[in-house]
Amino acid sequence: MSKKVLMRGSQAIGEAAVRAGCRFYAGYPITPQNELTEYMAEAMDGLNDGTFIQAESELAAINMVIGASMAGARAMTSSSSPGISLKQEGISFLAAQELPAVIVNTMRGGPGLGNIAPSQSDYFQATRGGGHGDYRTIVLAPASGQELADLTRTAFEYADKYRSPVLILGDGMMGQMMEPIVFPEPIDVRTFSPKSWILDGAKGRPSRIILSLLLNPPEQEDLNWRLARKYEIITREIPMSESYMTSDANMIVIAYGTAARIAKGAVKRVRELGLKVGLLRPITLWPFPNRPLKELSRHVREFLVFEMNMGQMIDDVKLALEGRGNVHFYGRPGGIISTPDEIAKTINSIYHRQHLEED
Amino acid sequence: MKKTVFAGFGGQGVLMMGYTLALAAMDDGKEITYLPAYGAEMRGGTANCTVAISDEEIFSPVASSPDYAVIMNNPSLIKYESMVRSGGTIFTNSSLVTKTIGRDDISVIRIPASDIAKKLKEERITNMIMLGAFVAQTQLTSLDSIMNALSEIAKGKKSGLMKLNRKGLDTGAEYVLKGAQV
Repeated sequence: MSKKVLMRGSQAIGEAAVRAGCRFYAGYPITPQNELTEYMAEAMDGLNDGTFIQAESELAAINMVIGASMAGARAMTSSSSPGISLKQEGISFLAAQELPAVIVNTMRGGPGLGNIAPSQSDYFQATRGGGHGDYRTIVLAPASGQELADLTRTAFEYADKYRSPVLILGDGMMGQMMEPIVFPEPIDVRTFSPKSWILDGAKGRPSRIILSLLLNPPEQEDLNWRLARKYEIITREIPMSESYMTSDANMIVIAYGTAARIAKGAVKRVRELGLKVGLLRPITLWPFPNRPLKELSRHVREFLVFEMNMGQMIDDVKLALEGRGNVHFYGRPGGIISTPDEIAKTINSIYHRQHLEED
Repeated sequence: MKKTVFAGFGGQGVLMMGYTLALAAMDDGKEITYLPAYGAEMRGGTANCTVAISDEEIFSPVASSPDYAVIMNNPSLIKYESMVRSGGTIFTNSSLVTKTIGRDDISVIRIPASDIAKKLKEERITNMIMLGAFVAQTQLTSLDSIMNALSEIAKGKKSGLMKLNRKGLDTGAEYVLKGAQV
């Protein structure tokens, strides 16, 4: 195991990507995630088989990733909210062509250019496809430096396993904050099993074609069915979540990423006051961890969704609960970081208004 | 858990103080988070960072009511004076922080760090004097851990600089231990 290091979140993603065998990175600068691009420039330079390109635009960067992925490389790009919007066309093409790739979105306040402060404004865009067409993107939502490192490895594994784009959804605070991290050992890229579908020259074998233009409707329908079956498997295999103090809880807070850390602090506080409150933290946002929520709804009536936006994940919580329980919402948009005190007050007021202390 | 805010002008070594403390505490085996404030403005603007040190998992890295504040200029005092929790401590570089502190429920430790540094003919170590005083008073880590962290950060740099840092830390620590408390 390697040594514990103190590292900025954005750089931790970079180091974890290189250790996961990422050998191609293309990006275009945008705050608050430039440290990742900077890190990849230096890291790729230090490898004899790595490529770093500062592209002329976000669109160019995502299309370069498409090319690198077609050629068999573990490839990554990164940006922040407005830049991710520009990459959506390419992400749709990645999904259509069933190409593995990792995309990092360090979210900031929006819509429009917004600001550069931490936010969770892009949940809908991340979990509902984002680009055009009938597809899904795997979305991972780390909440600590260690998880940024671990889930970056996972992202590359899922991307290859399911031949799908994988989105790592962080925010400005996680990108900038430093925490102790122990990195997994680097993978030797020579140990990867060869991919049977890549475009690496057809000498001595029949040619392969990767395309997303399927003018013949039955062919397009075939692709859509294939993708749907794949998404079904993903939905079965990978949902991930963390439960904190949920076993005896009669109220559950649901939050992810930075918001979940603040919520966890709040839950700890209200527990000290004797309130039976727990936290469910989705780690995969798509597929959403429906099962633990469904199970909680057997004995929990009140649910509070906390997001750093005006209410997006709350839709998935309601879908998971299928009408069981009351779903409350508290949100701080625009790049404001709430305090655990603020969330604790909200929990308190719902708890007492619903007479949960009598349960 | 103890949370500390370091604040001042960009260029005063404010982020360096926080980063060094965080690294030292991590090497001591503590849980830590280091959160630098970032904005569109960088040079000449305000700089601040928050360091949380704990024996347990740290949830929120933000300090809404920090235990300690290390204040390097007047604007930062205005911003943080009211935030420090009751019973907490404000450390000021009293060579530059001239504004009076109105609260009587917190301790104030004034260190004329810039003047001390000038006397030592090394203004570069002003932040180390403050950090030495801070560590000596709070015992959040040890001066030796701070030195180890500094050598880790300054890998490959001149050893003369390290001696200078040590001098700054020791001078600051000595100033506090001799009773600078007001």
